[in-house]
Amino acid sequence: MSKTKVTRRGVLKTGAVAGAGLAVPTIFDGSAWADGHAGFTNAPQGDTVTLGFNVPQTGPYADEGADELRAYELAVEHLNGGGDGGMMKTFSSQALKGTGILGKKVEYVTGDTQTKSDAARASAKSMIEKDGAVMITGGSSSGVAVAVQALCQEAGVIFMAGLTHSNDTTGKDRRRNGFRHFFNSYMSGAALAPILANNYGTDRKAYHLTADYNWGYTTEEAVRSSTEAMGWETVGQVLTPLTQTDFSSYITPVLQSDADVLVLNHYGGNMVNSLTNAVQFGLRDRVVNGKNFEIVVPLYSRLMAKGAGANVKGIFGSTNWHWSLTDEGSKAFVQSFGTKYGFPPSQAAHTCYVQTMLYADAVERAGSFNPCAVVEALEGFEFDGLGNGPTLYRAEDHQCFKDVLVVKGKENPTSEFDLLEIVEVTPAAQVTYAPDHPQFAGGQLGACNPGA
Amino acid sequence: MDAILLQILNGLDKGSAYALIALGLTLIFGTLGVVNFAHGALFMLGAFCAVTLNNILSLSRTVVDETQTDFLGNPLKVEVPYIHDWFGPEIGASIIEWSVPLAIIFSIPIMIAVGFIMERGLIKHFYKRPHADQILVTFGLAIVLQEIIKYFYGANPIPTPAPSAFTGSFDFGTMLGFDPGTIIYPYWRLVYFFFAMIIIAGVFAFLQFTTFGMVVRAGMADRETVGLLGINIDKRFTIMFAIAACVAGLAGVMYTPINSPNYHMGMDFLVLSFVVVVVGGMGSLPGAVLAGFLLGILESFASMRQVVDLLPGINQIIIYLVAIIILLTRPRGLMGRKGVMED
Repeated sequence: MSKTKVTRRGVLKTGAVAGAGLAVPTIFDGSAWADGHAGFTNAPQGDTVTLGFNVPQTGPYADEGADELRAYELAVEHLNGGGDGGMMKTFSSQALKGTGILGKKVEYVTGDTQTKSDAARASAKSMIEKDGAVMITGGSSSGVAVAVQALCQEAGVIFMAGLTHSNDTTGKDRRRNGFRHFFNSYMSGAALAPILANNYGTDRKAYHLTADYNWGYTTEEAVRSSTEAMGWETVGQVLTPLTQTDFSSYITPVLQSDADVLVLNHYGGNMVNSLTNAVQFGLRDRVVNGKNFEIVVPLYSRLMAKGAGANVKGIFGSTNWHWSLTDEGSKAFVQSFGTKYGFPPSQAAHTCYVQTMLYADAVERAGSFNPCAVVEALEGFEFDGLGNGPTLYRAEDHQCFKDVLVVKGKENPTSEFDLLEIVEVTPAAQVTYAPDHPQFAGGQLGACNPGA
Repeated sequence: MDAILLQILNGLDKGSAYALIALGLTLIFGTLGVVNFAHGALFMLGAFCAVTLNNILSLSRTVVDETQTDFLGNPLKVEVPYIHDWFGPEIGASIIEWSVPLAIIFSIPIMIAVGFIMERGLIKHFYKRPHADQILVTFGLAIVLQEIIKYFYGANPIPTPAPSAFTGSFDFGTMLGFDPGTIIYPYWRLVYFFFAMIIIAGVFAFLQFTTFGMVVRAGMADRETVGLLGINIDKRFTIMFAIAACVAGLAGVMYTPINSPNYHMGMDFLVLSFVVVVVGGMGSLPGAVLAGFLLGILESFASMRQVVDLLPGINQIIIYLVAIIILLTRPRGLMGRKGVMED
């Protein structure tokens, strides 16, 4: 008869091996997202809930990211009952009471996207897996937004997009777990075209310089189709590398063409440099085809306009929101943001604040953090009081439909923030399109994924 | 024809910047044998000297204007620069407007000091280390300098315009008999080109016609022998490093009205400048200048619509393509000397 000797060390070894063996399937089958939770990914335990703010903290969009982060911190403060409540007072849905979300205190973690898709995915993944974030929001680039949105879909958490303007985010790359409040390229084109026709006429020859990436393509397509529909002719189209800093060799061929309008489908540093170069080469002083030469910047950002300085004066563009709006929601937001930080918020800050409020409100109305319940609460949700007039979160593509601002670089700014003036508030109906519009074709929301 | 002339002109200012940076890189490599990846950061620091001088000249006192309100509805706080108080509003405004040319004087002592501290404080410890170590440490230094600038100045570009006397453009077209407005070139870019020419000529004259320059050239050719003659060549090489830093800094100062400076601008030029040095021939000063202008002009041509339509993407690879061809046919570069980087 043999005798088995049981030692303390042997038990520990066996236990460790067995434990590791049992853990393997959860590590490698993808259900690690739901590890330790029942029902859905990262169901909040205890009396707190964690949100993940994924913004560019380094790299060329770091200033925009910093403003987004300020807005998120303000939103958390308001949700937890601090400050003056901001837009919670003006939001048409009065589900939020300043007691956190569903009575749980809101906490947050931050990640750095670096405006790189892989870095953004890695930081989002870390916030979901390690920090237990139940919702991810942020981004200052469409490439990043599309990548993180897909990751959140797989992980089973909600993604509330920050600043992303490409049609694809709610077009061919739309996802059931992802939502966008910010406007898009199509809306820019649709809002701008009538203003351009009124100011510059319908007989114009346009030359496009376009940033060579996803957002540039969709913006050029949108502006081209809108302007061509009203009679403009597109005489030139050149893709410029995203890394380009000096645009002079792209600007000078415009002088040789018979174009009388230059459309700069550029954002960020690209926009600052291409616009500066275009003005240096005297394009704005030219007279072509008997008309004054004009420049158009489809997507404006106040932070970027600051970089271009006096060169933005008189140039038309579009923007999602501007601090000079006088509706109650905008005033409340500018007041609380301005009091806390000493300067007015950017459009990036606005959309990020609003997205956080919309998420919190949806959870309250749904009575659950379950992503599928949140999706249901947001789909087809109509609201007001958040700064853009009556707004619809369309169920078919998770895109917000609201008024779009056409702006112009201000001739006589009174301060460093006073760079753009609102020319027209284009009504939502004018920028609304069918869910299967060709510029948005090819995408499917799919089913919602709760993760677990 | 007019399109070709225009692209040649376009290549000149870009070429000027490449040539100035590559000249500094070659000076450092030729004297100290160090591959300095922080050279682009020196260009960026020069640009931020201009920004800093502008900020200093614009230092203001706050006056509350009760007649206007700010974005929160409070009385507007108006900034009045001290310089307006001292010299009157008109002269004060002109001084601020001329901050970029004034920054040339401001940046020279700063860049020389930066170069001196960099060489004595860090780079001298890497003379006997492999080139890979030098590249790593100088690249690391470049990132540190970038992040310091970003911490103080933010990530967005900062507009630093040229004096209004230099805004607008020169119409070469009418001068050469073409239609007016077909070949125009901004005044400041012309200023940049001539400024680069003066700096390049100055550096060559300094090396060619002064005793100091003669000793440095002798040291570049045979460091050991010069040392044996009792000359402290290390001290002179340190001074050359500071001069090279100053050249890069001045290139950066004058570049600010062309493109609004940001913390990353040095990196954008660095890689291309290294290609310029290699194409020109490692250690050859005239080679660096020649290759700088050549590649600047080629890059301009490759961006022409007709060329891009014919060969899509050529604008992004042209410099590297030419570098490969030149290195295959002339492995030492255009004007490379025998024995440099060959042991």
